[in-house]
Amino acid sequence: MSKVRVLVGTRKGAFVLTSDGKREKWEVSGPHFAGWEIYHVKGSPADPNRIYASQTSSWFGQQVQRSDDGGTTWQPVGNEFVYDGVPGTHQWYDGTPHPWEFKRVWHFEPSLRDPDTVYAGVEDAALFKTTDGGKSWHELSGLRGHGTGPSWQPGAGGMCLHTIIEDPKTDGRMFVAISAAGAFRSDDAGKTWKPINHGLHSQYIPDPGAEVGHCVHRIAMHPSRPKTLFMQKHWDVMRTDDGGDNWREISGNLPTDFGFPIDVHAHEPETVYVVPIKSDSEHFPLDGKLRVFRNRTGGDEWEELTRGLPQSDCYVNVLRDAMSVDKLDKCGIYFGTTGGQVYASADAGDTWAPIVRDLPAVLSVEVQTLP
Amino acid sequence: MIRVVLPAHLRTLARVDGEVRVDVKGPATQRSVIDALEGTYPVLRGAIRDHVTLRRRPFVRFFACQQDLSHDAPDTPLPEAVACGAEPFLVIGAIAGG
Repeated sequence: MSKVRVLVGTRKGAFVLTSDGKREKWEVSGPHFAGWEIYHVKGSPADPNRIYASQTSSWFGQQVQRSDDGGTTWQPVGNEFVYDGVPGTHQWYDGTPHPWEFKRVWHFEPSLRDPDTVYAGVEDAALFKTTDGGKSWHELSGLRGHGTGPSWQPGAGGMCLHTIIEDPKTDGRMFVAISAAGAFRSDDAGKTWKPINHGLHSQYIPDPGAEVGHCVHRIAMHPSRPKTLFMQKHWDVMRTDDGGDNWREISGNLPTDFGFPIDVHAHEPETVYVVPIKSDSEHFPLDGKLRVFRNRTGGDEWEELTRGLPQSDCYVNVLRDAMSVDKLDKCGIYFGTTGGQVYASADAGDTWAPIVRDLPAVLSVEVQTLP
Repeated sequence: MIRVVLPAHLRTLARVDGEVRVDVKGPATQRSVIDALEGTYPVLRGAIRDHVTLRRRPFVRFFACQQDLSHDAPDTPLPEAVACGAEPFLVIGAIAGG
């Protein structure tokens, strides 16, 4: 029978949650790296026992931890992230130039084919790559250097590169997203990049339709349709069907289209999930009701999913990397909250139950479906 | 032999218990002690001082002999009591955060 492993990063350590394919009874291990912020934990698609974790601390900086046995034991690997050449400046919150400074890794994206190759999205926004299992990292500096880099500005959470997606069908094509610069695409394996923000409209920047400056919170793709991307922007849920050349809004009947995570059903490329949050100044669910919204058409029609989720007095947030899906049938949906709950649905969102209730604030949730 | 006391998180990272001892070539200074520490425990590279600039991380402090040495130049000789092993060199995580 298949198994599921849920990798949870929190403000105070990492946790590994495991269950059989029924997804009813769960074992919890952790905290791993207790007391450290674990921004992201992700396994290799090519070797599920190979897992990478971003361990960070305001005191002691960045560590990268690697497991070769599915998260049972860990070894620190390389933690030197040095910008290529003269780093230059980006804009600070007040519009003045600010030197690029490495702060932490927000997101690891292990290669689809090679467990030793991993991309890292970092703050201040840049893309790094290792090809030796994390021992050494080098910047793919064409992203920062393509021209608009000096005009990028941080969002409230910092200027982070938080989304990295490899196109499984087109060699060399990949997508990244940065708060608050926008989305970018490479067609030559990360050497050169172009902004792909046409159709985004952001009232909070001087030119709402600018080439860059949009606060993209998350992008998701179904591997069978790599030209279709779904985006949760600061405000607005968006869709593209041409690899990011043009975006259109699909917020439809959502009660609020602010939010952070977005994900796609493992077997239905037009079924999308978001967790609406009240507003950019009130980062909690509308009316104290924690609701996931599901879109089965990829268009403007959303249905609320509430069974098993708190429907009163709930004021948690769900962060951008804190939602994931498994590949079982029925597809499982998972998300973690800043209140320390990790909720799971084993029936594609119809019903929900907490796996754990009292972890530290959850920063990231990734799911591995194991044989 | 220089005695060094690390904060709990760095002891965990370096997989050591209690004080550690490092050999320093030449005069005992912040730089030579941290160089030796990082040489013995490579996992500490980047955790006490920046990889490139080698400047002390902002929330890390250096104490010894009831003195805060954090703002001394990195090549300033450490107190004789540290150099001869009578007193430890303390690496401290600043009290901050939640």
